[in-house]
Amino acid sequence: MDTAEREKKFQEKIDSGLKVEAKEWMPENYRKQLTRMISQHAHSEIVGMLPEGNWITRAPSLRRKAVLLAKVQDEAGHGLYLYSAAETLGIDRKTMIDQLLSGRAKYSSIFNYPTLSWADIGAIGWLVDGAAIVNQTMLARGSYGPYSRAMVRICKEESFHNRQGYEIMYHLANGTPEQKAMAQDALNRWWWPSIQMLGPSDAQSKNSEETMRWKIKVESNDTVRQRFIDRTVPQAHAAGLTIPDPDLKFNEETGHWEIGEIEWTEFYRVIKGHGPCNRKRLKARQEAEREGRWVREAAAAYAAKQRARAVQAA
Amino acid sequence: MSDNTENDQGKLWEVFIQSKPGIPHKHAGSVHAHDAEMALAGARDVYTRRREGTSIWVVPSEMITATTEQDADSFFDPADDKAYRHPTFYTIPEGVKYL
Repeated sequence: MDTAEREKKFQEKIDSGLKVEAKEWMPENYRKQLTRMISQHAHSEIVGMLPEGNWITRAPSLRRKAVLLAKVQDEAGHGLYLYSAAETLGIDRKTMIDQLLSGRAKYSSIFNYPTLSWADIGAIGWLVDGAAIVNQTMLARGSYGPYSRAMVRICKEESFHNRQGYEIMYHLANGTPEQKAMAQDALNRWWWPSIQMLGPSDAQSKNSEETMRWKIKVESNDTVRQRFIDRTVPQAHAAGLTIPDPDLKFNEETGHWEIGEIEWTEFYRVIKGHGPCNRKRLKARQEAEREGRWVREAAAAYAAKQRARAVQAA
Repeated sequence: MSDNTENDQGKLWEVFIQSKPGIPHKHAGSVHAHDAEMALAGARDVYTRRREGTSIWVVPSEMITATTEQDADSFFDPADDKAYRHPTFYTIPEGVKYL
């Protein structure tokens, strides 16, 4: 079979709804697109631990602290599932980590914003994880088996993240005037970055055509974004909070919430490395890698010693 | 399941989890570890944070032999034309029970 024939067969497989598995033939660009997406996704989970980790020692109660610890631990787990899923495509985890640490890899732009108050932890769980769930539920229906399975597992866990975040926001919004102001301030700062994190609008998205044809993505960025908006606006209202968008209105005819213009220049500025915390995030990951090196070396040395002993005993 | 060259990330292990007693272990994903004991501990932390398991197996990924897509047809073909291996192949007279 020549490549054109193989690609045709591959497309037929995708169209019939079958999943693609690691060792099966796939077009080079399918492999490339997925490796890019999954590794960026993995990096986002790992870097995503940093803004929240900032508040673990200062959580307002033991309950909130235990919850936040569990949530951050989940994010680490998600990063690991995703690195594994990317590795099935032939890339080595070490290579991906090197790409992140050297600043060559992208991760979700949202994690380059700072967590200034406790309410930001609520806003992240509610908005950032809320947006992530909508996106990941879509990705779970994607054509690549290992990625799709990782997404199913992750979505189950994200649902707790989303609810705990909303609970924090709801409590603050119904607390003292200062607490309510804090919640509103967090919503004001996190709303637009959460809207943007679902990716460029369809007209601007350069990877969309191919990724949709191969069912790497089964819905466009704008469709996913609209679903997130429709779910989240009533949640804000239920908590007595105001979405920071003077143009926001409900369209009775379509049944959708319509938002104002998205400020894309800001999004691209953060992606290009000029967000408030890009340098800080990268530095934290580089330090973690350096400070953890002795642990990896010790583990390797111990394993080597155990192997040598086993050989001697035999 | 890339190549298994040991760098400072350790080897790759496949993780199988039995979610409750009496049912088979099922593939859950993979972990990196330098030895089996660490692989088990890692698998517990990565895949069973919510009591998803009662038992875990870890197997070095390089030890798994699998069928390939290219061979799948000829490999599984022989089962295709043997419908008589299924109970529905047989006609049973009406009224006859427990068959």
